[in-house]
Amino acid sequence: MRFKPKYRWLPTPYRSMLLLLVWLLLNQSVEAVHLFFGSVLALVIPLLTLRFRDPQPLIERPVLALRYILRVFGDIITANAQVAVLILGPKRRLNPAFVRVPLDLQHELPITILASTVSMTPGTVSAEIYPSAELLVPGEPLPQRWLLIHVLNLSDEAELVASIKQRYEAPLKEIFQC
Amino acid sequence: MQHWMEWAVAFFLLLGGSFVLIGSIGLSRMPDFFMRLHGPTKATTLGMGGILLGSIFFFSISGDVSVHELLITIFLLITAPISAHMLIKTALHHKLKAIDKTAGLDNIHPAQQKQHDRQPKP
Repeated sequence: MRFKPKYRWLPTPYRSMLLLLVWLLLNQSVEAVHLFFGSVLALVIPLLTLRFRDPQPLIERPVLALRYILRVFGDIITANAQVAVLILGPKRRLNPAFVRVPLDLQHELPITILASTVSMTPGTVSAEIYPSAELLVPGEPLPQRWLLIHVLNLSDEAELVASIKQRYEAPLKEIFQC
Repeated sequence: MQHWMEWAVAFFLLLGGSFVLIGSIGLSRMPDFFMRLHGPTKATTLGMGGILLGSIFFFSISGDVSVHELLITIFLLITAPISAHMLIKTALHHKLKAIDKTAGLDNIHPAQQKQHDRQPKP
């Protein structure tokens, strides 16, 4: 995991790109004026807000991150279709369950992304990460942390845990190199 | 406006509308809080996506290119899982009952342990 940015004047390169993109979308144009002003904002805002934020790990593999986003988009569409079928289908057939997934990730940012992804994808909502951060004792080695998820219709617990770990957690580990 | 474009706009609006409707049906139909949460968090994101796509198509053919709506989609995708997470965390904190056939209920208890439950240090 890397925290130190490559250039000091550009602490969060991808967030700057996102800011520029949002600015262009808000103005709905790619004219030179908007490009210039958007770039100024994208450079100045991260520098001004740098001190308000905790340092977060940097994305090491942008191409992989892009592929991850596209994969999640695809999964959101299938998730919606699946949940729609489950909701309209007979209630008695549903097997709700609480499942816990052991986490290999340790830093908060990748864990947050994983939890959000799990919430958006088929039939699962992430409920809690425990032991919670306030129970961690600084200085002691990190205990095994778990992600508690609620599943709308559980068919095979081991398979679900394995698919979450391999489909979402493994790429996140690659992206942040941790 | 071309004829087929009207069809595209209508298709996306209907698709989005039906997904939002299904999400709401899930909200009222499911037996316990945790299962109710699934409808609005998922079905609604695609529903909103469909409605916004319809809006992009409609305004892009009847005038300038309109892409604001993409921003709404992005913000919705970022915030929906977080609000769902806050809701379900609150439900766990209040020890809401899940229906009896829910499997793995014993997985909840360690997650409900908080700072004040711990033994005070000597």
